Amino acid sequence: MATTVAAPARVFGSGIRRREDPRLLTGTARYTADFTLPGQLYAAILRSPHGHARIRKIGSSAAKAAPGVVAVFTGADTEGVLQSIPCAWLVPNSDLKVAPYPPLARDVVRYVGDAVAVVVAESAQQAYDAVELIDVDYQPLPATVDPEHAVKPGAPQLHGEAPNNIAFHWTVAGGDVDAAFKAAEVVVRDRIVQQRLIPTAMETRGALAHYVPATGELTLWNTTQNPHIVRFIMSLVTGIPEDRLRVIAPEVGGGFGSKIPQIQGDFITVFCSMKLGRPVKWIESRSENYQSTTHGRDHVQDVELAATKDGRILGLRCTVWAGMGAYLSTAAPGIPTILHGLMLSGPYKIGAVKEDVYGVYTNTTPVEAYRGAGRPEATFMLERIIDRLADEIGVDPVEVRRRNLIPPFDNGFDVITGLKYDSGNYKGALDKALAHAGYEQLRAEQAEARKKGRYLGIGVSMYVEICGLGPSQVAGAVGFQGGLWESAIVRFHPSGKAHVFIGSSPHGQGEETTFAQIVADELGVSVNDVKVVHGDTDITPMGWGTYGSRTTAVSGAALAIATRKIKEKARLLTSHLLEAAVEDIDYANGKFFVRGFPDRHKTIQDIALMANVAWNMPQGMEPGLEATTSYDPPNFVFPFGAHLAVVEVQPETGHIELKRYVAVDDCGPQINPMIVEGQVHGGVVQGIGQALWEQAVYDANGQLLTGSLADYAIPRADVLPDIEVLSTVTPSPHHPLGVKGIGEAGTIASTCTVYNAVIDALEPFKVQSIQMPLTPERVWRAIAERKGA
Amino acid sequence: MYSADFDYHRARSLADAQRLLAAHPGAKLLAGGHSLIPLMKLRLAAPSAVIDIGRIPELRGISRSGDSIRIGALTTHAELAASADLQKSAAALAEAAGLVGDPAVRSRGTIGGNVAHADPASDLPTVLVALDARITAVGPKGERTISADDFFTGIMTTALADDEVVTAIAVPASVRGQGSAYVKFAHPASRYAVIGAAALVSIANNRCSGARVALGGLLPHASRVRSVEKALTGKPLDAAAIEAAAALAQADLGSNVAGDIYASAEYRTAMAPVYVKRAVAAAAARAGLA
Repeated sequence: MATTVAAPARVFGSGIRRREDPRLLTGTARYTADFTLPGQLYAAILRSPHGHARIRKIGSSAAKAAPGVVAVFTGADTEGVLQSIPCAWLVPNSDLKVAPYPPLARDVVRYVGDAVAVVVAESAQQAYDAVELIDVDYQPLPATVDPEHAVKPGAPQLHGEAPNNIAFHWTVAGGDVDAAFKAAEVVVRDRIVQQRLIPTAMETRGALAHYVPATGELTLWNTTQNPHIVRFIMSLVTGIPEDRLRVIAPEVGGGFGSKIPQIQGDFITVFCSMKLGRPVKWIESRSENYQSTTHGRDHVQDVELAATKDGRILGLRCTVWAGMGAYLSTAAPGIPTILHGLMLSGPYKIGAVKEDVYGVYTNTTPVEAYRGAGRPEATFMLERIIDRLADEIGVDPVEVRRRNLIPPFDNGFDVITGLKYDSGNYKGALDKALAHAGYEQLRAEQAEARKKGRYLGIGVSMYVEICGLGPSQVAGAVGFQGGLWESAIVRFHPSGKAHVFIGSSPHGQGEETTFAQIVADELGVSVNDVKVVHGDTDITPMGWGTYGSRTTAVSGAALAIATRKIKEKARLLTSHLLEAAVEDIDYANGKFFVRGFPDRHKTIQDIALMANVAWNMPQGMEPGLEATTSYDPPNFVFPFGAHLAVVEVQPETGHIELKRYVAVDDCGPQINPMIVEGQVHGGVVQGIGQALWEQAVYDANGQLLTGSLADYAIPRADVLPDIEVLSTVTPSPHHPLGVKGIGEAGTIASTCTVYNAVIDALEPFKVQSIQMPLTPERVWRAIAERKGA
Repeated sequence: MYSADFDYHRARSLADAQRLLAAHPGAKLLAGGHSLIPLMKLRLAAPSAVIDIGRIPELRGISRSGDSIRIGALTTHAELAASADLQKSAAALAEAAGLVGDPAVRSRGTIGGNVAHADPASDLPTVLVALDARITAVGPKGERTISADDFFTGIMTTALADDEVVTAIAVPASVRGQGSAYVKFAHPASRYAVIGAAALVSIANNRCSGARVALGGLLPHASRVRSVEKALTGKPLDAAAIEAAAALAQADLGSNVAGDIYASAEYRTAMAPVYVKRAVAAAAARAGLA
C-alpha cells in the first residue's frame, strides 16, 4: 500500500476560529464603558430638542446645586479652550464651505442632538438627573431636512458661510457625455433616494478622559476606528501636544464608519477632565447615539443612462444632492465625491460619465461614512439604471450586463473616471453566481409561479469597489488631510513567541487572527505564538485606522513586508551560526537550512533566541529579532463580485419574503475564508437592511422620529435566508500577498440586488420604482397605483 | 439611559404586595419589567416607588380546572407558548405568546404585566378578547373578575383600579368543533403588532355556530369586529364566506384607526380584512381538526 505524506496544511487560507471570539462570547472583553478610574466623574450631555433654534439663555443654577453635581459647562466655557471641530477631507475644486462646528453649541443649535451643555457629577445617575434641571430658553427657527429642498430659494439657512446651504459642488467627468446622449438610441432615467441610515454599532460611542494637570498629559479611552487620528485631531482642538496625548481604543463594539469621526461628546469629555483635573466618563445611551453619532447615505439622485437599442451603454449622467447634516463630519465631504463619483462606471466599459454632486447642510445629525461609504450609493444608481435599460429594450438584465462588462485583466485597467483598476474578472464572478443559483431554472420557476398568481422576483447586481485606501499621495491630491499608509512591527522574543504591533485598529474584523496567520505562514510558527496588538497610540506605530476595507490591504501588506525582513535577518544569522554562505541557506516549513543538508538547520525559534541573547552575532548585525515596516500602497485595490437574490412578493399585503441570497465576491487570496464569509454575511445583511427596513425619518422641524430601536428597524436573523457565499480569486498585482478588502463588499452589492429582485417580481404590474425601504405599505401602494393606472 | 430615582420594594406575597401598594401611592408594580423598565429608562415614566411582584410563587403557573384554563399572572410568554394545555385548548394564545417580541422578551415578560400595561399594539389582549378570557384582580375590597371585553378601555388604560393587582387570567378551554388562531403583521423594529387578528370559531354541522374575532394594533385597545362575527355565524366556513365576512372588518373599525410613520391608518384599515380572513381560516382549520 502506497503511503503519501500530506504536505503541511498552509495556515494562510485556513478557516481557523477567531481568537477574538472567546472573550467576546463570554462577556469578558473590556469596552470603554468597562474602565473605571479612581476619582472618576460622569458626564451627561444636554442636547437640543429643536432642529434649529437660537439659544437665548441657559439657566444652570438648579443643575449646579443638584446632589453630586461637580460642574455644569456650556459653550461659553469652552471659549479659548476648544477649537472648532475640524473637517479632515477638504475635497478640492468643490468650493467647499466648512462652517464652524463647535463642540458645544454657541448661540444656535442646528440639529436635534446638538450639544448644548454638560453636567459632570459623582455618578451617572446624578448627572442625568441634573441635566433635566437645566433651563434653556430657545427661540425656534425654521428648519430644513431634505438635501434637495435645502438648496432652493427661501429655504432656512444654517450657516452664513454657506449660501443656499451648499457645502460644496463637485463634478466628475470623463469622455464626451453630451455626445453620448446625442448618439443614444435609448435613454432611461430614474430618481433614486438613498435614504438616511443609522449605523447602529452594538456599542454606542463613549469616552473616558483622564487629564493630569501636573504633567499636562491626557489619556483617552475612546471607542474609535482610528486612535492615531483621534490623537491628531484631539491635539488640534484642545491644544494638548500629541506627545502628551495617549489614545486607547480598547475593545470596540463595531463601527461601520460611525467611529471614524470625532464627535462633540469626545471633545466635551476631554474638556471636562481638563477643567476639573479628574477622570471623566461619558457613555451614550442608544437614543443619544441615534441623535448624536453620525448617520450615513442620504442622497437624492437623478440618473440618466444613454445606450443603444441592443443594450450597449454609451454614457451616464447624474446629479446628486447629498445631505451632510448640520456640520461637516471628519471625512464627510470625501464620501459622496471621491468614494462615490470615481466609481460611477462600475465593472462596465462606459465611454462617458458626468456627475454633479451637491453637498448640502441640513438640520439633521451629521452624515459620515457608513459601511460602503459612497460606493453603495454609486453601485445602486448604476445597477438600478441598467435594469431599467434592460426593461426598456426587452433584454434580460443579465445579458445587458454581459454586453458591457470589462473583459478580464490582471494588471491594470484604466477607467473613464481616471482610476486604474488593479485586476478583475467580472464575467467569472457573474458566471459563477448564475450557475450556482441556477438562473435559467429560476426564470422558469418564476414563469410557472406567475401562472399560479405568485410573484417571484430575481435580482442581480454586480459591483466593483475601491478600497485599501490608499496611496498617500493620492490622499493628499484629493484633499484628505492625512496619509493613508500603515505600519507594522514584528518583534520576536527569546522564547520564539512574537508580538505584532499595528497602527490600524480592528474592531470586529478578525485581524488578531488573520494577521497572526500572515506571520505564521511566512515563518512557520504557530498562530498561537503570535499576538497582535493594536489600539494604543503609546504602544503601536503610526496608522490611519480601520475603515474603507483597508486594514488587510494596507496594514497587512506592511506586516507581510516586516515579516519578510525578519526572515531575511534569520537567514543571515543562520548562515553565520552554521558557517555557511548566505546564498546556500534555504527556507522551508519553518526551517532555515543549508541547501542539500536539511539536518543542518535553525528554526525561527532558534534564531529568535540567538538574536536576543546576542552571544554570537555577525559583524555589524544588530541584536534582537525585530522589524518595522511602513507601507504606502502604490494603488487602491478593487474587489468585485456578482450577487443574486430571489424574493417573493405578496401583492395582497405588499410583504416581501427574501427566499435566497447568493453572493460571489472576489477579494483575491483569502487569508481566512471563514472570516471572509463572516464579513460577507454582515455586509450583505446591512445592505438588505437598507433595501427592506432601515430609514432615519425626520419631520419638517427636524425631529428624529426613528429615535430608538423600537422605531428604527435593523435586520434580524429570523427574517433572513441562509446566505450562499461563494468566491473567485483574482490576486491584486501590487499587494505583497495579492489580497484585497472584503469588509464592505456585501453592503455595496446587496441593496440593489434585493431591490432589483422586488421590482422584477412586480414586473406584471409594471412597477418601476418604489422608495426605500420597501415597506409592505409602499409595495402595496405601488401595485395599487399601477392597477389604477 | 438612566431612570429617575425611585424606591424599590420586593413583595414576598400577594398580601405583602397589597400592603406595599397601600403604603406607597403612585407606586408601579414590576413583574417581568419589559414594559415598565423601558418607559422608566426613557423617563416617560417616573414612579416614586416600584413594587416587585416578580417572585410571588402563587402568581405563577398554568392549571386546568374543568372547562377553563387558569394562568397565573406571572406566567411568562415563553411558558405560554410552550404549554401543551394551551396549544391544545387555547391555540391562539400559545401562538400569540410565541410571537411576542423576541426570545429575551418572551422569557421575562409576563401575561399579567402585559394585560395591565395594555399597549394597543400588544398581542395578548387581542387574543384574550377573542377567547372571552376573564381577568382576576385583587384589591382592598377583595377579588373580582373582569371580562376581557370590559377590561381594556383605552390606550394603556384598563378597568383596573390603582390599588388592584392582576392575579390570574382564565381562558375557556376549546371543545370539539372549536378552533382559535392568531395572525400577526409585526412591526420590523418593535415586533409589536401593526395588525394582530385573533379568531375563535365553533363549527357544528359544517356551519359556523359562533365566532369571536378581535383586532389589535389598529384601535386604542383590542376590539371585537362584531359585524364579522355576525356574518360568519350560520355560514359554512369556506374561503368565499370568510372573505366576505372579513371585508366587514373595515366598517367595524370606522375612522378611529391610528397610523404612524411605518404604516398609515388607510393601509392598516385596508389590511384588516386580510388578517381577519387569515385568522378565521386558520381557526376554522383547527376547529375542523379538533
